[in-house]
Amino acid sequence: MIDEDFTRGLLEQHTFLTKVSHEDCLCLLCPPEHWVEIAKFLRNEETFELLADLTAIDQGEESEFRFTVVAHYYSRIHHDYLRIKCDCTDSLSPKIPSLSSIFPAADWHERETFDMFGIEFTDHPNLKRILMWDEYPYFPLRKEFPLAGIDTPLPADDVVEVTQASVEPAPMMGGPFVTSGSGPMSNSEPRAKDESWTEEVEKSK
Amino acid sequence: MIANELAYNGKVEGDVVVTKADAVINWIRKHSVWPMPMGLACCAIELMASAASRYDISRFGMEVMRFSPRQSDCMIVAGTVTYKMAEVVRRIYDQMGDPKWVVAMGACASTGGMYRSYAVMQGVDNIVPVDVYVSGCPPRPEALLDAMMKLQDKIANESSASNLLKANPSGSLPAK
Repeated sequence: MIDEDFTRGLLEQHTFLTKVSHEDCLCLLCPPEHWVEIAKFLRNEETFELLADLTAIDQGEESEFRFTVVAHYYSRIHHDYLRIKCDCTDSLSPKIPSLSSIFPAADWHERETFDMFGIEFTDHPNLKRILMWDEYPYFPLRKEFPLAGIDTPLPADDVVEVTQASVEPAPMMGGPFVTSGSGPMSNSEPRAKDESWTEEVEKSK
Repeated sequence: MIANELAYNGKVEGDVVVTKADAVINWIRKHSVWPMPMGLACCAIELMASAASRYDISRFGMEVMRFSPRQSDCMIVAGTVTYKMAEVVRRIYDQMGDPKWVVAMGACASTGGMYRSYAVMQGVDNIVPVDVYVSGCPPRPEALLDAMMKLQDKIANESSASNLLKANPSGSLPAK
């Protein structure tokens, strides 16, 4: 486990880091200009050799810093995770340096984060969409994007010509479909919360 | 002698079965439906189970899973069709030789299933004409076998002989 001494040492050595309240592993906030430096330090000088996860959070348009990039490092000496957060200063075209030169694992994580949030990772070797197709115009995990999706043409023109298919908003039908997670399986399977469309269940107020 | 050969020959008569062209063609087709396993999600595991010894889809002449669309007759869409994958599914369907059929296996392939989401096509029938839909999430192998038997019934009732002569653009979808 990461102990108090380690935390104090890290904060004294890197004064730009600030401790953030956390419920699980140690969480530190880092300014974008030191984002690569601290990753290098954690891998080379400390024992955090595994980049376990890299993703982002959309805090909403009204927040001062809308996008926060989050990285989880794991140390097999400490047997513990360390979370480093970084607020992107520009909320309209968020940018942050890429970690892929230090952790090759960051490559696809950063592509996914770019795909879902539209955060640009500067100096990334191949920053293009990884899940959605290249021409897709939206960033689906941003707050303003509806779960059902937005009308968009499909990428293949010849297929569209034959089938007239396009990306259409999915019918939510009282959804999203969620599981209650308890009770017998017949009750806990994913279902819409508002099932008034079945005409058997009263519409929930 | 020659005139005799061309005329009615009692020896030949014993080996001739009189039937309709449709019946023969359909009988041949329905007993060797070679599936194209379009395994996109967990339904593919059930599809594999139905090919294995316990359920043994080969009882119906369908054990020859071909990963080449050129050699298959029936595309079994087993799993979630994302919009990104939809193009691929359609292209593979286009590459299959006629006659061809499509089975939408499971809730996702039939309707999008529980994925009411921006990324998932709400039913593979948006891009390929589906012959049989199988309910279930995922369907048990028995359900797939039942669907394949339903497909056999459908094949048995097609007017194959007249379809051979008809200009029939395959793969067109019914009007919305």
